[in-house]
Amino acid sequence: MTEEFKVEIVNPDKLFLSKEDVTEVIVPAFEGEIGILKDHIAIISFLKPGIIKIYSKSGEEKFYIEDGIIEFKNNNLSVLTSSIFNLKNMEKNKIQELLKKAEEETIKTEINDQTKYLIDQKIEVLRSIN
Amino acid sequence: MASLDDLKKRITSVKSTQKITKAMKMVAAAKLKRAQDSAERGRPYSQKMNNVILNLASGISDKSNAPKLLSGTGNEKIHLCVVMTSDRGLCGGFNANIIKKAKSYFSKLKEEGKELKIITVGSKGNDQLKRAYGDKIIENISFKDSKNANYFDAEKVGKTIIERFEKEEFDICTIFYNQFKNVITQIPQSQQIIPLNAEENNENKSEENYEFEPDEDEILSNLLPKNISTQIFKAMLENSASEQGARMSAMDNATRNAGEMVDKLTIEYNRSRQAAITKELIEIISGAESL
Repeated sequence: MTEEFKVEIVNPDKLFLSKEDVTEVIVPAFEGEIGILKDHIAIISFLKPGIIKIYSKSGEEKFYIEDGIIEFKNNNLSVLTSSIFNLKNMEKNKIQELLKKAEEETIKTEINDQTKYLIDQKIEVLRSIN
Repeated sequence: MASLDDLKKRITSVKSTQKITKAMKMVAAAKLKRAQDSAERGRPYSQKMNNVILNLASGISDKSNAPKLLSGTGNEKIHLCVVMTSDRGLCGGFNANIIKKAKSYFSKLKEEGKELKIITVGSKGNDQLKRAYGDKIIENISFKDSKNANYFDAEKVGKTIIERFEKEEFDICTIFYNQFKNVITQIPQSQQIIPLNAEENNENKSEENYEFEPDEDEILSNLLPKNISTQIFKAMLENSASEQGARMSAMDNATRNAGEMVDKLTIEYNRSRQAAITKELIEIISGAESL
């Protein structure tokens, strides 16, 4: 029996990534990280800023993600996101740019608690990969 | 009858018009390919998003407590219509078709005594609606600067709509756009995005029981605004593909018509040249005979 399932990461304007031989995916869900293996129960969840880790036969891939939703069904994992970057090709100044933008946003006072939490998360993650 | 010189001038002018329309056709054809590709690439996202929302909406237990974006405000008095057109002209019936569809909807609303508000996306729609519905237009959004339809722009439109919804400026929101079928056919569409019409397309609803994290309500209230942007983005992609298609076929027609005109004018030119020569010959011969 194989332990592999399919992952699709979809952007609004294109199919970002599609992989058939994935063994494990760790996603930064809103209430904490979730590890997904084959035959996981059907789940819908949304994501907070963080790192998606995809483990497959061909190795490990990491993506920085700002928001999105995941749907897992019949051993198909779909990740819908509008902002995702492959950590491998992400340049230092891009990270710093995002970090700066996020830091500017925390200063604004009119944001509510939830957005504040998300931005703090974002800053934390960006700092860790910087 | 026009003089030879006039005819010659007209032929040159029609020929140069033909050159322009031909060039525009080529440009539109090149852009069409790209726009069509991105419209096709964008489809999985909006489809998946729709699926997830449908599953969520069917899983929600208490309908009365559902987010307003899903269930509506309870009224249907004030209608907001978002009319999406292009920023450039010379694309055949593209803009006119959307406007026509929108206008017939407007008059229907008027008959029912509903209040109407309009947001136009793209300057051509604004130009055409200004005259008849100028007082109803509350905002005009134009993306003249961005080359291709991008998600960032769609998000801006989406945010504007949601902001206005939260201020309770309207109850129902409908978007008008052209759906791309093929190069010569674009179908003007109207789609209601607020409140979401969940029953309308429930054929791909699955029976699967999902686990939700956090609970349904919270996911829904986060997802619905995103879905609005996604739907608008989809409409924008379809629109830009349709625009290029419409322009391409319009310019193709124009080029062909110009060609026909050049042929007609050339025949006329040759005839009158021949007539002038014959006339001169007759004059010379009859002059010689009289001597």
